[in-house]
Amino acid sequence: MKPLTTEQIRAVIARGKLKDNIFKVMGIFCLSLALVVIVALIADMVIKGSERFTVDFFLNFASRHANKAGILSAWVGSLLVMFVTALAAVPLGVAAGLYLEEYAKRNWITNIIEINISNLAAVPSIVYGLLALGIFVYQFGFGQSILSAGLTLALLILPIIIVSTREAIRAIPAMIREGSMAVGATRWQTCRYHIIPYAMPGILTGVIIGLARAIGETAPIITIGALTFIAFLPPAPFSELGDGGTAGLFDWVMAPFTVMPIQIFNWTSRPDPAFEVNAAAAGFVLMAMVLSMNAVAIYLRYKMRKNIKW
Amino acid sequence: MFKQSKLVSALAVAGVALFGAQAVQAQVIKIDGSSTVYPITEAIAEEFQKAKKNVIKVTVGISGTGGGFKKFCRDEIDISDASRPITAKEMADCKAAGVEYIEMPVAFDALTVVVNPKNTFLKQATVEEMKTLWEPAAQGKVMKWNQVNPAWPDAPVKLFGAGADSGTFEYFTEAMVGKAKSSRGDYTASEDDNVLVQGVSRDVNAIGYFGYAYYAENTAKLKALPIVNPKTGKAVEPSAANVENGTYAPLSRPIFIYVKAKSLEKPEVKEFIEFYMKNGAQLTKEVKYVPLPANAYKGNIDHMNKKKIGTVFGGHNEIGITIEDLMKREAKM
Repeated sequence: MKPLTTEQIRAVIARGKLKDNIFKVMGIFCLSLALVVIVALIADMVIKGSERFTVDFFLNFASRHANKAGILSAWVGSLLVMFVTALAAVPLGVAAGLYLEEYAKRNWITNIIEINISNLAAVPSIVYGLLALGIFVYQFGFGQSILSAGLTLALLILPIIIVSTREAIRAIPAMIREGSMAVGATRWQTCRYHIIPYAMPGILTGVIIGLARAIGETAPIITIGALTFIAFLPPAPFSELGDGGTAGLFDWVMAPFTVMPIQIFNWTSRPDPAFEVNAAAAGFVLMAMVLSMNAVAIYLRYKMRKNIKW
Repeated sequence: MFKQSKLVSALAVAGVALFGAQAVQAQVIKIDGSSTVYPITEAIAEEFQKAKKNVIKVTVGISGTGGGFKKFCRDEIDISDASRPITAKEMADCKAAGVEYIEMPVAFDALTVVVNPKNTFLKQATVEEMKTLWEPAAQGKVMKWNQVNPAWPDAPVKLFGAGADSGTFEYFTEAMVGKAKSSRGDYTASEDDNVLVQGVSRDVNAIGYFGYAYYAENTAKLKALPIVNPKTGKAVEPSAANVENGTYAPLSRPIFIYVKAKSLEKPEVKEFIEFYMKNGAQLTKEVKYVPLPANAYKGNIDHMNKKKIGTVFGGHNEIGITIEDLMKREAKM
């Protein structure tokens, strides 16, 4: 084989660089396509819904008059459902992930559990809705309440939380565990003082991504019977009820409710085109809720990672 | 250790939350059912809550007529919105659960057959023509307008219609094809009528059907097709006047609410029904439906006070029935 001349080598390098550049342009194109879609979507909703961005829109209940209709019961409902979801899913999911990583023996049972957690993450959300309708609404008698909805969505995001907990735990170097055990800590103490704190940023990210998914879910919530028209809020703790009694601390969990996606869906399917404006505005509010949840996740992760020094 | 005890107390509180459940639902009137009746009931509920200064609470869901009756016969709700009379199966379910009810027609819904405004060849249609176009045998065969009527052009037909779960679908097929739920399947079906509005307004060869309110809000984009009344032989346009005087047949139908007899013992439900019947005509017009004659609303109040329990349909839907006949008939469980 003849040695290559300088020109030939230059040509090879130039060709390589050209391919490099082509790929770069393609990458930028794909990325901007995705960005343009989301920006266009948000801009469209903002422009269409702009005339509804008033204080009243957030403080009014649903109405048959498009310009008087607001999202009060929807956003309060969404927030309360998310609260119940987080309360149920976080302890369960984190504990399950912790057990699988730190306690469970590697055998066929844990293998089956692991495979099925991945399977659960792929189950369509409507199936969770049907399950919840049978179990929470009728079997446990929770009815069409915030509690039923919160627990349903908790089931839905449990796999996400378990998987992210496990990944966060796996990223902790083995020397941490060994060091802790070496000075005589029990397994629980190791988890309590080392594993959980160090895994926290990853766990929190998973939790918030899970909640951001749950807040946009419509199908399972419709299945368990969220309402379309509801012009009152769940009773605040210790507030006075209409019949003269006082609400208990947790009466609100049994209250009927609606959520943002259902309100949006209802508005898009009405005959009067004026409601499309409401739907766009509410869509933007929901989008803002999801994006701000993601922002919180990123901030928390950044903040907590800074404090971890190995 | 401190955090652990916090966890325990959180669990305890969550446990408490599961009890204390009943108090909340004391003064809530629960309504669920048809999406067709929903706009009327929603309007009434909104005004009623305003009038009662929000002391009495009303919730309205949309589960469809069938879904509403399921909940109703399971004794979960007070009032069921229905765009068709209760069926024999639902009557049996209610009977088994011991749920007695009073049937109240609250408005007319006129199904409207619409075409694109640029469509010049369709001036009217007969029931037979609609049957030729929509019957199951037409599937895959009747694809061009001149196959329905030789006077119409050799152009493809684009069909838009209600989804198979809706009361609208059931009534349209029963009135046009002759048998409920018997329809060709190769058309664009949607439960969301706005999808159908968009579809017909964009295609000059399209034809579709849905509730009158969707046509009334989109008259600029759609043309309503007069349907020949089989009794008189005259083509009749869908309009409030023609529905009220009974000439727009067979596509106009009464829609109902079913009130649980036991719920009427609660004063707030009784008040709600009185409010419904007093303001029904005006609010029905406002949401673009056709109100019943005034004496029908009075008749409903009468039936409530006399506890006229059951349905006058005996488990079957009927086409082209007048509201006067309905009010006079004997109800049965």
